Amino acid sequence: MTSPSSRRVDPDVDLRVPADRGELAAHPAAVLGVVAAGGALGALARAGVQAALPHSPTGFPWSTFTVNVTGCLLIGALMAVLGRRRAGPLVRPLLGVGVLGGFTTFSAYAMDVHLALAAGAATTALAYLAATLVGGLTAVAAGDALAGRLLDRADRRRPGGGPGGPAAGRTGRREAR
Amino acid sequence: MTVLLIALGAALGAPLRYLTDRAVQARHDSRFPWGTLTVNVAGSLLLGAVAGVPAGPTVTALVGTGFCGALTTWSTFGYETVRLARAGDRRYALANVLVSVLAGLGAAALGFALARALAG
Repeated sequence: MTSPSSRRVDPDVDLRVPADRGELAAHPAAVLGVVAAGGALGALARAGVQAALPHSPTGFPWSTFTVNVTGCLLIGALMAVLGRRRAGPLVRPLLGVGVLGGFTTFSAYAMDVHLALAAGAATTALAYLAATLVGGLTAVAAGDALAGRLLDRADRRRPGGGPGGPAAGRTGRREAR
Repeated sequence: MTVLLIALGAALGAPLRYLTDRAVQARHDSRFPWGTLTVNVAGSLLLGAVAGVPAGPTVTALVGTGFCGALTTWSTFGYETVRLARAGDRRYALANVLVSVLAGLGAAALGFALARALAG
């Protein structure tokens, strides 16, 4: 419970986590580069969903709702994997900060609520506001639980296995023979 | 062309979120996610202004969909809220939801109204 990553609150960057604190100084161009590239990919995917599911000002914004809840499911799963498996230093900046940060959006969420209220669709605005909150927070917990369960199962199948990644798994099998 | 504008805006917005988050966290020692709140409120204000002008398709793609979309984040906000609640900081988790939603909505409305007033 006292390991640095268990104290993490912010998945983008948490200065209480030593690896996060040092990553920008260690390789600034690579970190900012993968965040930018991932952000662009995530934003394009979001724009694709928004173009596929347009909505009127009084309609329920299904596209942004879908994007935000899906992104929450994936950040929960990603952070569960990164907490249990060794990964390269650019994986979190690329996938978490970049792709998922660029894919999900708080500004469009706020704007959609405002526009629905301004258009007189107060019920839609409140339903969307609440559904995204309930759906997003539930999705984070579900992604975390699901990924955690799958990784635990993989660890149990590996003789002598435990958390520590593929390298530890190979060592475990060798020792078992 | 729209694809390039969105990608360019997001390629600026996402690193700016990361750098802002670091800069805000470096200034205090609270577990409350002030860094994410800052980018989410700032991005909502700017998107409100873009919608209020109203901006043309080029600015909307570059600044609205790309920059504001990538500067702000729902996944980080959601993850932080769940982490705070699980760590026993339920008051922080609840405060994060209330402050983020109210400040984000207020910022979007303010940006919209200011841009409307200035654009005349």
